[in-house]
Amino acid sequence: MRLEGDAVCLGADIDTDIIIAGRYLRTKDRQVWVEHVFEDLDPSLGARLRGSVIVAGRNFGCGSSREQAAVALKEAGLVAVIAPSFSRIFFRNAINIGLPVVEGECHCASGDHVLIDLDEGVVSCGGARTPVRPLSARMQEILLAGGLVPLWRSKKK
Amino acid sequence: MRTLSERILGAGAGDYVDAEVDRAYVHDGTGVLTLEAWKAMGCPGPAHPERLFILFDHIVPANNGTTATLQKELREFARSRGIHFSDIGGGICHQLMGEGEVLPGEVVVGADSHSCTLGAFGAFATGVGATDMAAIWASGMNWFRVPETIAVRLSGSFHGAVEAKDLALTVISKLGMDGASYHALEYIGDGTKSISMEGRLTMTNLATEAGAKTGLFYADDVTQAYLRPFGHQVDAQVPEPCTYANEIRIDLGDLEPVVAVPPRVDSVRPVASLEGLPIDQVFVGTCTNGRFEDLQRFASIVRGKKVTVRTIVIPSSAGVLRKAADTGVLSTIVASGCTIGTPGCGPCLGAHMGVLGEGEVCLSTANRNFTNRMGIGGSIYLASVATAASSALAGVLTVPEVDHAS
Repeated sequence: MRLEGDAVCLGADIDTDIIIAGRYLRTKDRQVWVEHVFEDLDPSLGARLRGSVIVAGRNFGCGSSREQAAVALKEAGLVAVIAPSFSRIFFRNAINIGLPVVEGECHCASGDHVLIDLDEGVVSCGGARTPVRPLSARMQEILLAGGLVPLWRSKKK
Repeated sequence: MRTLSERILGAGAGDYVDAEVDRAYVHDGTGVLTLEAWKAMGCPGPAHPERLFILFDHIVPANNGTTATLQKELREFARSRGIHFSDIGGGICHQLMGEGEVLPGEVVVGADSHSCTLGAFGAFATGVGATDMAAIWASGMNWFRVPETIAVRLSGSFHGAVEAKDLALTVISKLGMDGASYHALEYIGDGTKSISMEGRLTMTNLATEAGAKTGLFYADDVTQAYLRPFGHQVDAQVPEPCTYANEIRIDLGDLEPVVAVPPRVDSVRPVASLEGLPIDQVFVGTCTNGRFEDLQRFASIVRGKKVTVRTIVIPSSAGVLRKAADTGVLSTIVASGCTIGTPGCGPCLGAHMGVLGEGEVCLSTANRNFTNRMGIGGSIYLASVATAASSALAGVLTVPEVDHAS
């Protein structure tokens, strides 16, 4: 799987409350989460996620298990998240809903074009190539299927 | 020799296992997406409804028509499929699972990050998101990577007003917010013997705030005595000598009352260093500190006195509320000027009743102090029940002076 997009750089310990606040969880309308994603961090950020790659500091997605955080990012059009480490529940959630998450370093600035090659296990930016932690075979299978729900549906056929 | 997580999951650290899930639960928040994902999977079932629980706690009672309609759908689903169900006011999911539903050695999964709470019983208990939970509904199984374990070796006993919350926050400050990522925390050593079941639940509850997959105590005579009134006779779990990824040592006698300064749970300072900080609201409750022992402790400090700042006390379950009523604890708390909320999560996650106004400060016994969590522009300081009680009386952050014997 190869992915690319312009970097949106964020700091460490981005928690799921800041991705989507608790006050917006009581709905099944995904557009509500898209409209309010990152609202408490930077209200203009949500509109910049389409086609982008978040390059964050360590422990991305810490805190609440709310899957709406991963869903909000995916529905907002985000291509992937790269971070040196993730909170484990967010990591599983992202894979399960088909949002690529990449454990590794990516030295870049916001706006830089980032290439991700998940098969090779490398991210590239401005000619610098950095190896990233490979996904387990099971997680690759889920991601390639587009998430756990499509994987289950395909296995039933 | 194996860690407790390795023993329960039946494999070594770093291995991937597919495990039968003995107990799986969702609340009204995560249950909605779980049901949606489960329906989309198109599976018959659920596979083992008798192992599943739907427990309403996040917005109870419903705050508006949208919430009420979402809850209605989940309620009807639970009842139609024979899933254990607790309606509004029953209590917080982790508390209810801890009232005799979880036993040592079980694999327990909750669709909530604080599901690690149940590790206090010597179970492997961890949190997942909605889609993982939907797969458990469908199959009764989930996959896990068996975690490496960090030992928290405890000696001595608490002194003065120090309680398990101060210990838990101190552990997080030593590890950092991601210091235990992908790891389990095992609390071992002679110091564990003096920590009550309620105190252990407070500690395992906060394991996730250091990034841990779970936190575990070995079942011992404290566990056995706690579970007996629920009709369970359980065996003790004897620790084996084993290799830990890391070990931190704490003498409980060295601890002092501490507070976690917003917006980080690992930003922990002595209460004494911030004494006098103005506060606008005190909140006592949640899956961290809303148990009967907590309410009893709070009541022992405010008895015969009046709080001078608005104070919300929310029992963690209907059982806790009833016991507080039966023992006079509730009457003492009400007489001191506190207001009582419906058993549940209350304002912890900022969704309803008790949220903060712009610029307001809350001293809370909960588990998270992230930016805007309890309301836009509000700040949350996390502390023990004793610190909350002393501060509620003074109206400013105050070092508690009660003794455990009182």
